[in-house]
Amino acid sequence: MAPGWGGTLLVGLLHSLEIAIGATCLGLLIGTAGAFGKLYGGPVTRDLLAVYTTVVRAVPELVLILLLYYAGTDLINQVLAAMGYSRVDISGLAAGIFVLGFVQGAYSTEVIRGAILAIPQGQIEAARAYGMPPGLMLRRITMPAMLPFAIPGLANLWLIATKDTALLAVVGFFELTLATRQAAGVTKAYLLFYVAAGVLYLAVTLFSNLIIGRVEAWSRRGMPSVKEAR
Amino acid sequence: MSAEATAIDMAARASIWLKPHRIVLILVALALVLCAAFFMRWDWLPQYWEMGLMGIWRALWILAVTCALGFALAVPLGLAQAGGPIWFSAPAKVFCTIIRGTPLLLQLWLLYYGLGSIFPQYPWIRESWLWPYLRQAWPYAVVALTFSFAGYEGEVMRGAFAGVPRGQLEAARAFGMSRWKIFRRIWLPQAFYRALPTLTGETVLQLKSTPLVATISVIDIFAVSSKVRQDTYLTYEPLLLLALIYMTITGILVFVFSRIEARIPVKIG
Repeated sequence: MAPGWGGTLLVGLLHSLEIAIGATCLGLLIGTAGAFGKLYGGPVTRDLLAVYTTVVRAVPELVLILLLYYAGTDLINQVLAAMGYSRVDISGLAAGIFVLGFVQGAYSTEVIRGAILAIPQGQIEAARAYGMPPGLMLRRITMPAMLPFAIPGLANLWLIATKDTALLAVVGFFELTLATRQAAGVTKAYLLFYVAAGVLYLAVTLFSNLIIGRVEAWSRRGMPSVKEAR
Repeated sequence: MSAEATAIDMAARASIWLKPHRIVLILVALALVLCAAFFMRWDWLPQYWEMGLMGIWRALWILAVTCALGFALAVPLGLAQAGGPIWFSAPAKVFCTIIRGTPLLLQLWLLYYGLGSIFPQYPWIRESWLWPYLRQAWPYAVVALTFSFAGYEGEVMRGAFAGVPRGQLEAARAFGMSRWKIFRRIWLPQAFYRALPTLTGETVLQLKSTPLVATISVIDIFAVSSKVRQDTYLTYEPLLLLALIYMTITGILVFVFSRIEARIPVKIG
């Protein structure tokens, strides 16, 4: 292997992880807001959110990424032009996080909505009976009680996010897959670099699984184990 | 009487669907669609629609073939993991982990560019009857998508095989059925019924993976829209139409699968 290409792959991996983390955080924000909107919002909010989750989940990520990538940068530039500023180049990182976060938001809306619905109704009623304001109830009751139900689904979404960053290679963002393609194209050692990138992705997935197991055990603390009941 | 009842039923359904705010939302959506139809450029459609239909056909064909082959591969993968000896279950588990742990785009490029650059180095491959196929892109696309579907669905089938109650298999053995007959008549059908609801989701996910084959020069509907974008310098129109096409196919798939699911006996286990 030519010296330096390994470093290129690692830089690509770093960019992939940055985007995956950013997109997951944005997706969690959208998902939490979306889930509460779907459960407690007015009829119009609910219908609009239903359209959002249905459309995003029915259209391929690649098409959405292209659409949002062009539409998003176009929209920002037009707004800036209307306000009298000059056009800016949107950084690939910000655009990637926005696009993947928007897609992740639709999926996490459904995951979090399901998790909130799985909370025993009595807990929320008890919180209301104590006179908790909605914010406090969200922080003390709904969030901790929903976590064990939400974490498996959210963990899946994190793994999907790390793999979906590869799609940004198609719009030319420099992440692991594109770095691999460039390295392979220059050195002609195609198989070597693609296998190396695969190993890197796999390492991220396996390491995530390890952490997820810990987090899941932590979120389930104090809950009766299903295994022992059998 | 029954005609009256259906009329009332339909009216009730319509009144659930057509609440005032829904009518407003539908009107807004219609206005948006009309705006798109009148203010955007669609004059390229007559020139490209034949190519577009070919692209849709090709995407559907790849979807059908890879789902069928992938499911056929997923059954042994799931079976090996659910009840096989370790020298079957360990490789199956490694295969599923690798497929599910790496992006499909990378797998596709690994096969097409990686293996595709290895094969021509060996004269005996170039002289074999496979060579005319190995020089094209679509076999790599089919293999990559098949492996991907098998990897994800193999995990589902593992759960489905393990979920069939032991009593069923023991009863079958007590009847004196052979192992193959138990598998064919008892184990596989019940596991399949369990896996069917997830099969809908997996098939939709597979449909959403098909545009990736355009990156290795297979001309599916996504590649056609890219060509339109390059030829006409239009950004949004081809992409919006493409999104609409995929949404329609997804809707049809979900509808067909829900009809199949409705025909399957509900009570299992």
